[in-house]
Amino acid sequence: MIPLSYYLILGAILFCISIAGIFLNRKNVIILLMAIELMLLAVNLNFVAFSHFLGDTAGQVFVFFILTVAAAEAAIGLAILVVLFRKKRTINVNDLDSLKG
Amino acid sequence: MAEQIIFFAFATVLVLASLLVITIRNPVHAALALVLAFVASAGVWLLLQAEFLAITLVLVYVGAVMVLFLFVVMMLDINLAPLREGFTRYLPIGAVIAFVLLAEMAMIVGPSRFGLAQYPSPAEHLAGYSNTKELGSVLYTVYVYPFEIAAVILLVAIIAAITLTMRTHRMTKYVAPEDQVYVKRDDRLRIMKMPSERQIAADAAKETSKNETAE
Repeated sequence: MIPLSYYLILGAILFCISIAGIFLNRKNVIILLMAIELMLLAVNLNFVAFSHFLGDTAGQVFVFFILTVAAAEAAIGLAILVVLFRKKRTINVNDLDSLKG
Repeated sequence: MAEQIIFFAFATVLVLASLLVITIRNPVHAALALVLAFVASAGVWLLLQAEFLAITLVLVYVGAVMVLFLFVVMMLDINLAPLREGFTRYLPIGAVIAFVLLAEMAMIVGPSRFGLAQYPSPAEHLAGYSNTKELGSVLYTVYVYPFEIAAVILLVAIIAAITLTMRTHRMTKYVAPEDQVYVKRDDRLRIMKMPSERQIAADAAKETSKNETAE
C-alpha cells in the first residue's frame, strides 16, 4: 500500500523542478511554457491523489477542467509565440522590452 | 509490494524526465522528455485508479498539446546560444530555491501528517465499477454548468489561436461595415423629375395627326 504522502511528495518534487526550470531557462519562452505545463501536472497529481484517498470524485472533475484550461492556454501561448517570432525574429525574453517596463 | 515497485519505477522516470526537460539544450528534445514525463504521470494516475484521466492525459497532452509544441518548436528558426546564457549563473540560486521549497513542502505533506495512519488506503471497488461512468455521471449533472463554460473556453482558444496566427490576405469579397454605415441616401438613390404626362399627351397628338394623314 502506498501512502498518500508519497504522491504528495512526488507532486512537490515535480513542482520544485519546474520552479528551478523557470529560474534556469528564463530566456527561452518555449521552455518556460513547458515548465508551466509541468507545474500544472504536479497540481493535477495532488488532486488525483486526494480524490482517490478521500473517495471523492470532485477532485478528478477538477483535474478535467484544469486539463481543458491548460490545453487552451498552451494553444494561445504558442500562437502568441509564433506571432512574436514573426515580428521580432527572436524568442529571447530579454529582447521583449518594447514597453520599457 | 508489486504496487510499490511500479510506483517507484514510474516516479523515477517522471522525475528524471522532468529534470531532462529543464536542463536539456535542444527544445525538441525537451518536448520529447516532457512527453515521457506525461506518460509516466499517466502511469502514476492509473495506480490511483483514475483510469479515465490517465487516458485523457495521454490522448490530450501527448497526442495534441505536445504535438503542437513540437510543431511550433520546429517551425521557429531559433538561435539557441543566446537563450542558454545565464544558465550556469542562475543554476545555484534556482537549485537553492527549489530545494528550500521542496524541504518546506515535504515537512508539511510528509508521512507524519498524510501517512497511512491518517489517510488509510480506500477500500477496493467492486468488480463492475467504472471510473469513466462515475466521472461522467457527476460531470453531466452536478458540474454541467462548469462543463459548458469549459467548452466555451476551448472555443475562445480556437478563435484566438486562429486570429492571432492568420496572416494571408483575404480572398473572399465582403462588405466593409465601416464604409457601410457612412453611406448617405444620396450616394445610392437619385430622384429624377420625369415629365411623363405631357409626353403621353404629345404622343397622342402625334398619333392622331398620323391617322389623319393616312386617311
